[in-house]
Amino acid sequence: MIDFLWLLIALPLLGAAILILFGKRIGEPASGWLASALVLVPFVIAVVLTASFINGTEEPQTIFLFSWIPMVGANASLLWDPLSSVMTLIVTGVGSLIHIYSVGYMHGDERYPRFFGYMNLFIASMLTLVLADNFGLMFVGWELVGLSSYLLISFWFTKPSAAAAGKKAFIVNRIGDWGFLVGLMLIFAAFGTLDFGVVFGEAEGVLSVGMATAITLLLFVGATGKSAQIPLYIWLPDAMEGPTPVSALIHAATMVTAGVYMIARSAALFELAPVTLAIVATVGALTALLAATIAIGQRDIKRVLAYSTISQLGYMIMAVGLTAFTAGIFHLMTHAFFKALLFLGAGSVIHALANEQDMWKMGGLRKFMRITFVTMVIGWLAIGGLFPLSGFWSKDEILGSAFAKGGFFFILWFIGIVTALLTAFYMTRLIILTFFGEARWDEGVHPHESPPTMTVPLIILAALSAVAGLFNTPVRLGLEHFLEPSFEAVEQVHPPDGVTLWLLALASLVVVIIGIGIAYARYGRGELPTEEGGYWAAALDGYGVDAFYGAVIVAPGRAIATWLAKWFDPKVIDGAVNGLGYATRSFGSTMRVLQTGWVRSYAAAVVAGALGIVLWMLWQGGVF
Amino acid sequence: MTVTVAWYMVFAAVLFSMGAAGVLLRRNALVMFMSIELMLNSVNLTFIAAGSELGLIEGQVAALFVMVVAAAEVTVGLAILVAVFRRRSSANVDELSELRG
Repeated sequence: MIDFLWLLIALPLLGAAILILFGKRIGEPASGWLASALVLVPFVIAVVLTASFINGTEEPQTIFLFSWIPMVGANASLLWDPLSSVMTLIVTGVGSLIHIYSVGYMHGDERYPRFFGYMNLFIASMLTLVLADNFGLMFVGWELVGLSSYLLISFWFTKPSAAAAGKKAFIVNRIGDWGFLVGLMLIFAAFGTLDFGVVFGEAEGVLSVGMATAITLLLFVGATGKSAQIPLYIWLPDAMEGPTPVSALIHAATMVTAGVYMIARSAALFELAPVTLAIVATVGALTALLAATIAIGQRDIKRVLAYSTISQLGYMIMAVGLTAFTAGIFHLMTHAFFKALLFLGAGSVIHALANEQDMWKMGGLRKFMRITFVTMVIGWLAIGGLFPLSGFWSKDEILGSAFAKGGFFFILWFIGIVTALLTAFYMTRLIILTFFGEARWDEGVHPHESPPTMTVPLIILAALSAVAGLFNTPVRLGLEHFLEPSFEAVEQVHPPDGVTLWLLALASLVVVIIGIGIAYARYGRGELPTEEGGYWAAALDGYGVDAFYGAVIVAPGRAIATWLAKWFDPKVIDGAVNGLGYATRSFGSTMRVLQTGWVRSYAAAVVAGALGIVLWMLWQGGVF
Repeated sequence: MTVTVAWYMVFAAVLFSMGAAGVLLRRNALVMFMSIELMLNSVNLTFIAAGSELGLIEGQVAALFVMVVAAAEVTVGLAILVAVFRRRSSANVDELSELRG
């Protein structure tokens, strides 16, 4: 069965090829169902393969596919271990649900088959990333998910804002990719290979602390790009220009978690660099806090969720920075469920209100969209962290780990708690503004429940969001045991035991309830507050970070590019080329006088040359 | 007085010089061809003489090669000459200077 592992990547890739080349002939909705099937089949394969881990009949193993770059000993080989199996299940499981949802959501789009082609391409790329057995193949997947993300963000490219958002995402990610690539070069320089097995196995003996810190910091630069952390998070809110299923799949559930996965996978390297780990954890915590404060001030329902995603990714990055790798992956999983659910729910709302995204023009929708409402409420409580829904367990494991590590990390725990309060606040704000209160939508809009292709995935995701926390609780460490083979070489931080743990959980529950309470008091009782000026304007603008980057990085970059285009290119580049042409021509016109056209003058030149050679030979022979 | 190989060499040199002078000085294309033949055959003579003196067969082989090439060259050359003569009613090479740079 394990021999079929390559099918996981091959099937969606095949789907992408078919749908991009022949999509128009397949049409709607057949192309959507084809794409969904080609993600669902890999999911089934992954489930079967994972089952053999759970009942202990299979060990983690590497599956060799073909020799890729023999010169540096790089092979295309896949790694099938508990960590990659968890990621594969999330990608294909959530992925297939979102594919099915898109069958309904994208109905009527003129490039419907193309959309599914790109979605399948993304799934294949993401699976390459998570299944790769060496950094080289991982980088290929890393770049391909960036490409599919670009294609899907700017899917409606006739809208200038969508085209710009796609470019922004791609370029900002390139900065992170630069760090990742240089990190890979350092790894290759140190180990002579990019194979996970060799690199992680020999890291302790080969790397000095300085080298380990350099490598891991560069890898982390890559993670800040892909996983939208400070300072490279700015692309993710704009990425909401893409169709909502794309936001759910790529910019919430899967692709943006690639950085978290990469750090967890490279745990053996990061463990050797305590400085990097502290930086990772701090950046994660600060990102979580910053994004949460921005999310409070957003009016666009998708942008609230986008900043919320950045904030939750901050939690995950903080977790892996604390060396609580299992907690990070656990939160990655629960977040994939409830954030995909929230995005799809938001998509359902947007769909019902004829593409309205401003929450100030929603309200009162609970009566019109029962299923969406109920599932969104479950997502809200799950992300808020209410017992016993999934977010409660995974978030508290991270916070508990920070608390247990103590010292400096106590500050991070505090930041995490504050973020939890803000999270509860802004999610409650979103739910109240969308589903409660008076109807504020425009005239002529008739909200309606979405078709079953959209509501069934919502229901499944809601169920998962509700129960996924039970995979790993302090009383039953299911995921922890399952992931043990992947993290057996590293030492993890665990939440404290006994009473402390329950007190911490109680504290965060209280904080969550306070957050919900404040939001209810503010938005839930009739008159809505006018949120204008001061803090609200700043938050809506994302604290002007975009403008700041525009002035500090984009403007000088543009100035340099303009100078290169207007001066350097015409003067230096063109000058060199034209100069070469001019030199050739003048040399030619000097030499053309030799070409007399008289045969006898040529013959004379030949004879003179022959005579010259004879004389030279005589001179060499010592005749004179 | 015996005839040594040096005699052949000197004779060949004289023949070659006559041929070269013909190519350089005459304007008639046909005569130039004949001069070229003279040069080629003087070289053939040195090949044969040297081969015979050194007891090597290669001298004769080279001479045969030169003959073959000369025959081919004359064939092409005369064809060109005939074509030129048909157009211009003249075989003066100095008039054929269209390729002047």
